[in-house]
Amino acid sequence: MSVNPPIAMLAELTHRCPLSCPYCSNPVELTRRDAELDTATWADVFRQAADLGVLQLHLSGGEPVTRRDLVDLVVAAREAGLYTNLITSGIGLTEKRLKELDAAGLDHIQLSLQGTDAEMADRIGGYRGGFARKMDVARWIGEIGFPLTLNAVLHRQNLHQLPRAIEMAVEMGARRIEVATVQFHGWALLSRDALMPTRDQAREADAIVAEARARLKGTLVIDYVPADYHSDYPKRCMGGWGTTGLNVAPDGLVLPCHAAQTIPGLAFDRVQDRPLREIWYEGRAFNAYRGTDWMPEPCASCERKHIDFGGCRCQAMALVGDAAATDPTCIKSPHHAALQARADAFAAGEAAFTARAAAG
Amino acid sequence: MIGADDIPVIPRGVRMQFDRVRDRWVLLAPERTVALDEIGRAILSEIDGARSFGQITARLAATYAAPEDQIAEDSRGFLGTLIDRRFLEVK
Repeated sequence: MSVNPPIAMLAELTHRCPLSCPYCSNPVELTRRDAELDTATWADVFRQAADLGVLQLHLSGGEPVTRRDLVDLVVAAREAGLYTNLITSGIGLTEKRLKELDAAGLDHIQLSLQGTDAEMADRIGGYRGGFARKMDVARWIGEIGFPLTLNAVLHRQNLHQLPRAIEMAVEMGARRIEVATVQFHGWALLSRDALMPTRDQAREADAIVAEARARLKGTLVIDYVPADYHSDYPKRCMGGWGTTGLNVAPDGLVLPCHAAQTIPGLAFDRVQDRPLREIWYEGRAFNAYRGTDWMPEPCASCERKHIDFGGCRCQAMALVGDAAATDPTCIKSPHHAALQARADAFAAGEAAFTARAAAG
Repeated sequence: MIGADDIPVIPRGVRMQFDRVRDRWVLLAPERTVALDEIGRAILSEIDGARSFGQITARLAATYAAPEDQIAEDSRGFLGTLIDRRFLEVK
């Protein structure tokens, strides 16, 4: 099997974050500040990534702006030749710091949206005053001229705000909006009853996105992650395991995706111990579900196996206890009908959710 | 659709870069990478924020000794796709 170099790397600089969104993509076991990689190690990882073929770097977290060396990290990333994107809630950014990031060569900002008004956004993010701060940050981003993507994570409690989220993206001058229905891993799995959209909401979101895409063509690009529990086919997770991207966790663990640690038995390497190139091409975790040889039926003989690669390994693990199983969001999975019934039951669940904990 | 008098502009956050690992030119944009063939690179290299689309296609026709109508049609399709994806603007 020939393995292509990765295009994108997600650098999770820290797990620290002022927000406590119940769908946080960080693992339930958060890495402490004293275990985070230092500036020089990250700079070396960026150079190794560029040498390996990475073109797009996403600086993420946690909240990456809690790293005091963020500006230096952006300088290092640009010196390595990487297109550098900051994924942030905006909390902790000042106009002065944004100007420093501008001078450092930051290419693009992706700003998260927890809700379209303070009441919703501050309740979901668990941070009073967060929405107002975010609106300030959005204005400064526009004034400086950074290209902007708005990233709206949607679930049962805020899906009715989707039309307003799209309007806000246009008003802010964003070129893109990511409309991402919450994915159920880690923290989100703990609050599945509170977050699962109803089937009607999922279909309505499909229609709103389709209408807005046509109306806003050339103004706003809409990337959409539909509610997969209510879909017929699974998502093409990570563009295919070990084909396109890699994640580096705050403590240097290199992961094929942000939830890969939920799969028992996978062995991960650290950037402190092994060159990134070796980890990508030879690491056991990256080779575990690469290509199609690992697939059992019904994936092995499926005509869609190169389209979605059997869906999400972590979701298969979480829902049916086998990471090599067909993602049960697929209609060909023997567990699909049961999952859809369970999804409807979750969507009728209680609205109280579990907020993410703080990282030490 | 881009007209002869329109001036295409590559906006902030979009740039051409040589991809030394894959030995090709790419257009880097927010969270997207577009591989460029020789023609795509030639068209984008003509964009300087001052030349109109008509001037660009005339220059390309001269450089490649090709019919200008054909060049304009191909370029219009290519640049139109980039405009729809917000990788290119016109003024």
